[in-house]
Amino acid sequence: MTGSEPGRPEDIRAVPVRRPGRWIAAVITLVIAASLIRFAVTDSAVGWGTVGHYMFNSVILHGVIGTVYLSLAAMALGIILGVIAAVMRLSPNPILKSVSWLYIFFFRGTPLLVQITFWYAITALFPHNIIAIGIPFGPALFHPDANVIITIFVAALLGLGVNEGAYMAEIVRAGIISVPEGQTEAAESLGLSRMQLMRRIVLPQAMRVILPPTGNEFISMLKNSSLASIIAFTELYFESQAIYSTNYKTVQLLIVESIWYLMLTSVLYVGQYFLERKFGQGFSRSERATMKERWLARGAPTR
Amino acid sequence: MSDVMVKAEAVHKRFGANEVLKGIDLTVDRGEVMCLLGPSGSGKSTFLRCINHLERINAGRLWVDGELVGYREANGKLYELHERIVASKRREIGMVFQQFNLFPHMTALENVTLAQTEVLKRGRSDARIRACELLDRVGLGDKYDAHPVALSGGQQQRVAIARALAMDPKLMLFDEPTSALDPELVGDVLDVMRDLARSGMTMIVVTHEIGFAREVADTVVFMDGGVVVETGPPAEVLGAPKHERTRSFLSKVL
Repeated sequence: MTGSEPGRPEDIRAVPVRRPGRWIAAVITLVIAASLIRFAVTDSAVGWGTVGHYMFNSVILHGVIGTVYLSLAAMALGIILGVIAAVMRLSPNPILKSVSWLYIFFFRGTPLLVQITFWYAITALFPHNIIAIGIPFGPALFHPDANVIITIFVAALLGLGVNEGAYMAEIVRAGIISVPEGQTEAAESLGLSRMQLMRRIVLPQAMRVILPPTGNEFISMLKNSSLASIIAFTELYFESQAIYSTNYKTVQLLIVESIWYLMLTSVLYVGQYFLERKFGQGFSRSERATMKERWLARGAPTR
Repeated sequence: MSDVMVKAEAVHKRFGANEVLKGIDLTVDRGEVMCLLGPSGSGKSTFLRCINHLERINAGRLWVDGELVGYREANGKLYELHERIVASKRREIGMVFQQFNLFPHMTALENVTLAQTEVLKRGRSDARIRACELLDRVGLGDKYDAHPVALSGGQQQRVAIARALAMDPKLMLFDEPTSALDPELVGDVLDVMRDLARSGMTMIVVTHEIGFAREVADTVVFMDGGVVVETGPPAEVLGAPKHERTRSFLSKVL
């Protein structure tokens, strides 16, 4: 490509502008980083042996499993509630619209910690712990025991999931309204029904907008699930707390915990990457750059 | 079966306080090609969108193939049609938009196949064969697997025409199909439309392409300010316009 044809001028090889500031900043950063690493590895009593010892401790692993399944279940509940609330919010029916608005208003406006505790404490509201399910102001059809239905897990699931639904509702709504009206018109003019239109045209395109913030929410969910320790749900934070409250190796166990949270969020990164690639099809001319190519392109100069 | 495909009687449409259509009377026969001309804001696109009930009219009556658009009349009362019935009528009317409105997450072939399998419940392979046939017909035999983003405007518009034809419509509506195209891409789209007109399709075309109207249209309608100013064969309306407004419009666009 370079200089093969006769008469073509040589490629420009100019001397770049000197940027001493960059060098100084880099050196300062490196010095600080090096001293932190030195502190972590040698000077301090961090005790990496202890960290390694507890990394795959059975109590910790039990906590990891608790964190994963609570997060997955609460996220699933949040997405379902979010889609329902978003569709209600966009519906022409004023009752559905306002109910959805109120739901979002309440659950975004109060602290998650309060909500989790609330669901746990709610059993106390039912006389003799009996919940009456039936026609409002009419006869009750079922009389389940509140303590059987609202277990610690259910309380944690409701606390995290119902709260998440309020955030997901806005994310899904943003996705739906991001699809241009022309798409709906084109689909309608072909005779597609409202359901077909949503499922085949609007939602697949909305996914592109919905996915990145949902990835964010998922990561928040993993970490926020530690709040369920307040009602003694046996997730990662609760379990490591149980250990350090007896052996006082608090910092080491917090490090163990953090490493696990980092590993879990890394798994989410990969999942999000593949989902975004799937739903990004048709939106960019340079389709399907591999993860490796994207990673390399990140470091490369843009020009 | 009557020979009238579209009949409009005193069609009115307003958006808020702004009356866009102020009484349109028109008849389009089966197999006729009608071109709607007029300055922007004259209501031609709105009228076109009323025909497949993308807009609902405020007064007057509109029939397609002998059936009232969007309503059912009984005992002197109008009843709104259920969305499902509106949808089933829409599939018999093909529409091509100024901005193409292809589905960007699907390939050209999927764009043309989707409504066949979803709405007409055609088998997957039948739908595919029909889609290939139509894409070949509009000159895109080599673009089956391209996403819209990889196609030029002219190619996208031809996919959009193929997508509408895949439903075997009895009427085709074109809403300024070439207005968003680079000049050198207009010809390919007009060629496809010309062929379609020759094949006997009933077409209503909102356009600024006077040459196309002169050559292909059976009837040219000139609209301005929400009313039909003049209507007749192209030789009359374009060659010897009777109204001053038509003359001044033509002098500006020609």
